[in-house]
Amino acid sequence: MELNSQIPSGALSEKWDNHKFNSKLVNPANRRKYKIIVVGTGLAGASASATLAEQGYQVQTFCIQDSPRRAHSIAAQGGINAAKCYQTDGDSVQRLFYDTIKGGDFRSREANVYRLAQVSNSIIDQCVAQGVPFAREYGGTMANRSFGGAQVSRTFYARGQTGQQLLLGAYSALSRQIHKGQVTMYNRREMMEVVLVDGRARGIVTRNIITGEIEKYTADMVLLATGGYGNAYFLSTNAMASNVTAAWRAHKKGAGFANPSFVQIHPTCIPVHGDYQSKLTLMSESLRNDGRVWVPKKVGDKRHPNDIPDADRDYYLEKKYPSFGNLVPRDVASRNAKEQCDLGKGVGSTQLAVYLDFADAIKRDGQETIMKKYGNLFQMYEKITDSSPLKEPMMIYPAVHYTMGGLWVDYNLMTTIPGLFALGECNFSDHGANRLGASALMQGLADGYFVISTSVANYLGTNSLRAVSTSDDAFNEAEKEVEGRINKLLKNSAGGPAGKVTVDEIHKEIGKLLWDNCGMARNKEGLESALAKLPAIKEKFWNKVYIPGDTKEINQSLERAGRVADFLEFAEIMVRDALAREESCGCHLREESQTEENEAKRDDENFSHVSVWEHKGDGAEPIMHKEQLVFENVTPSQRSYK
Amino acid sequence: MSDIDLNLQIWRQKKTDSPGSFQTYALDKISTEMSFLEMLDVLNEKLTKEGLDPVAFDHDCREGICGMCGTVVNGVAHGPEKEVTLCQLHMRNFQNGDTLVIEPFRSRAFPIRKDLLVDRSAFDRIIQSGGYVSVNTGGTPDGNAIPIPAPTAELAMDAAACIGCGACVASCPNGAAMLFTSAKVSQLCLLPQGQTERHQRALNMVETMDKEGFGNCSNERECEAVCPKSISIRNIARLNREYLKAVLSEG
Repeated sequence: MELNSQIPSGALSEKWDNHKFNSKLVNPANRRKYKIIVVGTGLAGASASATLAEQGYQVQTFCIQDSPRRAHSIAAQGGINAAKCYQTDGDSVQRLFYDTIKGGDFRSREANVYRLAQVSNSIIDQCVAQGVPFAREYGGTMANRSFGGAQVSRTFYARGQTGQQLLLGAYSALSRQIHKGQVTMYNRREMMEVVLVDGRARGIVTRNIITGEIEKYTADMVLLATGGYGNAYFLSTNAMASNVTAAWRAHKKGAGFANPSFVQIHPTCIPVHGDYQSKLTLMSESLRNDGRVWVPKKVGDKRHPNDIPDADRDYYLEKKYPSFGNLVPRDVASRNAKEQCDLGKGVGSTQLAVYLDFADAIKRDGQETIMKKYGNLFQMYEKITDSSPLKEPMMIYPAVHYTMGGLWVDYNLMTTIPGLFALGECNFSDHGANRLGASALMQGLADGYFVISTSVANYLGTNSLRAVSTSDDAFNEAEKEVEGRINKLLKNSAGGPAGKVTVDEIHKEIGKLLWDNCGMARNKEGLESALAKLPAIKEKFWNKVYIPGDTKEINQSLERAGRVADFLEFAEIMVRDALAREESCGCHLREESQTEENEAKRDDENFSHVSVWEHKGDGAEPIMHKEQLVFENVTPSQRSYK
Repeated sequence: MSDIDLNLQIWRQKKTDSPGSFQTYALDKISTEMSFLEMLDVLNEKLTKEGLDPVAFDHDCREGICGMCGTVVNGVAHGPEKEVTLCQLHMRNFQNGDTLVIEPFRSRAFPIRKDLLVDRSAFDRIIQSGGYVSVNTGGTPDGNAIPIPAPTAELAMDAAACIGCGACVASCPNGAAMLFTSAKVSQLCLLPQGQTERHQRALNMVETMDKEGFGNCSNERECEAVCPKSISIRNIARLNREYLKAVLSEG
């Protein structure tokens, strides 16, 4: 597997401009001759589909939900970063770049991150022009708030529904192109396979979720914008249908998978309360602007939080990190919450929670101001927990939220399969070992609106592609593979459910194994034991899983089974990756590698690389390749938020 | 926290063109901390283990924002609690021994695909006919170039909060999609960016709404009562004004 990152030459600030100038173009009149497949309609997929269609390409877009508007980007709450410096508080492209690369604990590529910071401002302008109702100051200018890992106010927001509003903006642009006939939209389709012809991605095979039909589609190139794999853990803040299948299918066809162990565990989520629980709910990081995190000083202090006086409270983040306080990056906040709970200071019925308290903010700013900022989040919290954050502190605990790892891509966002590109969360490129808050929306839209069209033109302009048809051997073989896999999933179901297991039972088992051993803190022993346990779970799944119903109809159990089957395979490289990275960095805390103050200790000499996994066939050990990271403009330092 | 026993009557229908009927299921020991959809998960696990077909229902984010979930529970879209989607409804709203009648969102424009799962793509087509500002990627002015008064931005945001779940349609005696359509028309006609196309937008979206088979508004206010995002029927009044102005100026 060859890893050529294709980073353009020149000074960091000139790379993107040089690259755009040096890239090939496709004449506007010729663009209509090219067909592009986009899988996924979150921020990255919807914005890419709309932009490419506007430019004249023929786009076919696929989504798993009943409408492209429902992709999980919609659930992002807090905001989107940009280096506008509207607050004149010292922000700049350079600072956004630095904060992002430092926040990622120096495990991302300089050139990619710099480009992200460069295009960030255009994203805001684009979204305003679409009619996204961003929060405004009374004078009519745009409002900002602060997010973790930054000392400037650069986050733009639309109440606690920023992801929704940005996604609806991209969805509206996509809808306009559907209306014009430039985009053909396929709802309720699950991508089952990517099809390679002459070693290039030339189409996909999907399952129609309504009819169960296996369908084949051809194109000149394929763009994956299929999100992250957080649901490998069963419990996460991801939507129920979020999965690794599209990325995993691409991986098995030759796309390298980068840093699969880099999983962001978000510090402010509603704690787990029962084994029937199906998902975890995030409470936006923006809450840490005004909420103060604390636990009782004394182990076993069972008093109601409102009855615990200040003197008996431990505001551990403010104490430990005076300059960033409650707004330390997510990985730091999560680890510290775990540490407090491990010390026995956790609160709530499970003692796996800490308080997030708004009492001081309400006293300072008044209830009305606080409600205006966080009203919908408070309501969401109260609906779930039956407790009002206006009256008593919230209880929060970390939960799996975002995956920095993903398909390896070069500077053009192309995977190691020519013609197959990955955008948004499903690639690995910009967030290193930890993503800063409000940067996922920025990256999804940067990739879709402002980056991918250059790559598309360059790819089509430099390659001559022969015509393909769905009746070609490659498509028929891929179709057979998909059908074979579905039949294999259903093979246990003829004899009825007795003595069998359900899809969810296996999913919960693998999820717990990963959470316990490849979660917030990891060590060699735990990871090795997880690796040893994986084959038996996989075997149980394939020999015992019972799936009711038929394949040629709506069958939600079958859909889930296919996704769990891929999570089971994927879990292996996730654990192997965590095992191989014998350092701590960002989200990845190897207990063997900590500073004296229990902070993540990097080992730049040995691990300043992206680990890229290559599939060598079912049953064969995967191989890890390294893309060495080169830092010419920043000096990796021990992150300090003190 | 406590456990309750429930009697469920759920609409079962194999396909769009097959006949459907209510089936009864007893479900015991449901924790009141569960969400409504988690209760359905428990039922489906039970049905699966009994060799029966689980109930198909739409759901995704399970935090009230994607708009994918929604059924009618005891006659009310998204169930008895105000301002929540079905996934945010918790079982603490029910008592031990309750009977819950669960059926899909019903509308001529929302064909049932299976059990509780319906096709709402008519909503997409309404948006496709004009629910946008026609701006291509790039070349847009600075975000601060046009000041927008905070109250205007807030009003636009109130309308923009619509999640497209379809509860409004399912609750309207006429099966109207006025609340949905008016929310998008309002958002864009309130903002300076939406001015250029405001007349054509109102005309096109209303025309599509009619073509898709949605009914007319007769001010029943049922939509507003069940809307999980509290979209106000003032938006419908605004749409009516927009439409009238558009008809007068564009013919």
